[in-house]
Amino acid sequence: MTDFFQIDRPPAPLPDRDTALHLYRTMRRIREFEDRVFAYFQAGRIPGTVHQCQGQEAPPAGVCAHLRRTDYITGTHRPHGHAIAKGVPLTEMAAELFGSPLGCCRGHGGSMHMGNPEYGMPPASAIVAGGVPIAAGMGLGCRMLRPGAVVACFFGDGAFNNGAFHEGANLCAIWDLPVVLVCENNLYGASTHVTLVNKIPRLAERAASYGVPAETVDGNDVFAVHEAAGRAVERARGGDGPTFLECITYRRCGHSRRDQNKYRDQREEQFWMARDPLDLARTRLLQAGVAAQDELAAIDSAAAREAQEALDYGEHAPQPEGPEALGHVFCEESP
Amino acid sequence: MTIAKALRLAIAEEMRRDPTVICIGEDIGIPGGWGGAFTVTWGLEREFGLERIRNTPISEAGLIGAAIGAALTGLRPIADFQYSDFMFCAADQLINQAPKLCFMSGGRVRVPLVVRAPVGASTRGAQHAQCPEAWIVHTPGWKVAVPSTPYDAKGLLKAAVRDDNPVFIFEHKLLYGSGGARKEDNAVGVDEPVPDGDFVVPFGAAAIRRPGRHVTVVATHLMIYRSLQAAEELAQEGIELEVIDPRTLVPFDYDTVCESLGRTGRLMVVEEDTRRGGWGAEIVAEMVENHGDLLNAPPARVATYDAPVAASPVMERFVVPSAARIAAAARTMVSA
Repeated sequence: MTDFFQIDRPPAPLPDRDTALHLYRTMRRIREFEDRVFAYFQAGRIPGTVHQCQGQEAPPAGVCAHLRRTDYITGTHRPHGHAIAKGVPLTEMAAELFGSPLGCCRGHGGSMHMGNPEYGMPPASAIVAGGVPIAAGMGLGCRMLRPGAVVACFFGDGAFNNGAFHEGANLCAIWDLPVVLVCENNLYGASTHVTLVNKIPRLAERAASYGVPAETVDGNDVFAVHEAAGRAVERARGGDGPTFLECITYRRCGHSRRDQNKYRDQREEQFWMARDPLDLARTRLLQAGVAAQDELAAIDSAAAREAQEALDYGEHAPQPEGPEALGHVFCEESP
Repeated sequence: MTIAKALRLAIAEEMRRDPTVICIGEDIGIPGGWGGAFTVTWGLEREFGLERIRNTPISEAGLIGAAIGAALTGLRPIADFQYSDFMFCAADQLINQAPKLCFMSGGRVRVPLVVRAPVGASTRGAQHAQCPEAWIVHTPGWKVAVPSTPYDAKGLLKAAVRDDNPVFIFEHKLLYGSGGARKEDNAVGVDEPVPDGDFVVPFGAAAIRRPGRHVTVVATHLMIYRSLQAAEELAQEGIELEVIDPRTLVPFDYDTVCESLGRTGRLMVVEEDTRRGGWGAEIVAEMVENHGDLLNAPPARVATYDAPVAASPVMERFVVPSAARIAAAARTMVSA
């Protein structure tokens, strides 16, 4: 089982030093934020539910490193990493988790609808595959109104068997839209293994049937994701249409809330736990002499501090008045 | 001018006025084709090109999702269902996405989207006959327009295009006045002069189609014409119906209904949707709950019976309210 998902290709070359450190920093910011959110949630300090992305930092970090503020992404029910990588401030995100009007969605969105259009991210869609047709339309808007702008559409392996994915992917293909379809294949749709629900579990093979370039990369290797995403974003910007990018990755956390992953194969879990994307990147950077231990340690501690300050901010941000619940049903209204 | 032509004129005027307006739908922009199922977009590609008159696969979730995404990035799409029955293929986009994105973003995003959908029984059977307005009326975040005259069709569509919120426009197959191969056998000839140039019909402003003293009838689409026919018949018996066309169901002009009830004291809603849980039930409930003092009699609902619409023309005529059924209900009310 573990063999099947190993990607048989040489490691991607490292990007320039600034980019390499940026990728590492983005992943670390996501991890530090998510680990704290987990602790706060377990302690009952954050309401609702939460779908976290520890272990899946490389796809958002690697893809969004190619995007400008004026480019767009669509996120999923597991959107914290997407939002962080696209530039949404951690303070706004934390405040949103606590339901505060200072949150990026003013408390109306919550964990699963994280986003802020000022940073090119409309509220994430928590309906599996629901964001794919929307991303196609955003790609159309980019082409007609802001040529050169692109859309990165994030979704999981679970989306691949939903009609909305296929309808959206087909529109991207037939209209040559500037969209990068980023599949975060973490091997599980909730508790269901990808091999149980796909006769051809290498999803890039199926995606290729839409007539778009499709490739599979090691989604725990941020440099591999970054390299492949670079080609995809360049194609999109240049008007050459969409690309399907399958990133094989793994959750280091549960599907949601208090899920303990009891459905996962022990050997599979051990294989992936030994492939922490942050450890892989760190080792690579040190071995290549791109960064020194203390430089990475400084990035780590800055990320930890930023995340803690964000959670502190969110927890102490004002709570809304109940009637604010009736605001923003229509756009001319506000509470 | 027919409703189909009035809608086409409205689209063309709005597309000339604002380059961000686009049309997106199935079987539009096909030379030699129909211009959607009922000719509304016929020929528009000649002026506006295929980028803005955008034909799609038979892919309702895809096309509505794409329209939503286009709206999020600054376009103003007019999306087109061939039959309103097909909107259920796009239910996630219509219920979970379009009307919730502004809300979920705390007002930071806008979805200036128009969705057009033909309703009504027309001897095509159960999956090409529904009047699903109530599904959308029930969902916060949508405005809902229900034009029944060419003037309103043009003015409401223009208002919808300029609205920054998602707006659903339900249109009736038998009222379009579509011609050629898309002519409807039992069409009601609604043909009136429509002014050229710019005007909008504001949302939430009902029109009184016929004044009367005895019963306030609230009806939309084809049911307005059947109510007017019933009113004609009843007038000879000395019973006067006041027929109100709400023009939009969300927002709804309760004030005009209340004023009318002040004169008549009797309320009847006539809708082509099935009766249980229809928009008419909502109007009745609102009036009973908050304006019971205006009612001198229990309100009446005349609606399609609670069954899918059968293909047989005989059976279809039985379940959909006729002028005779409306007249009978009014007689019962007045004589009670």
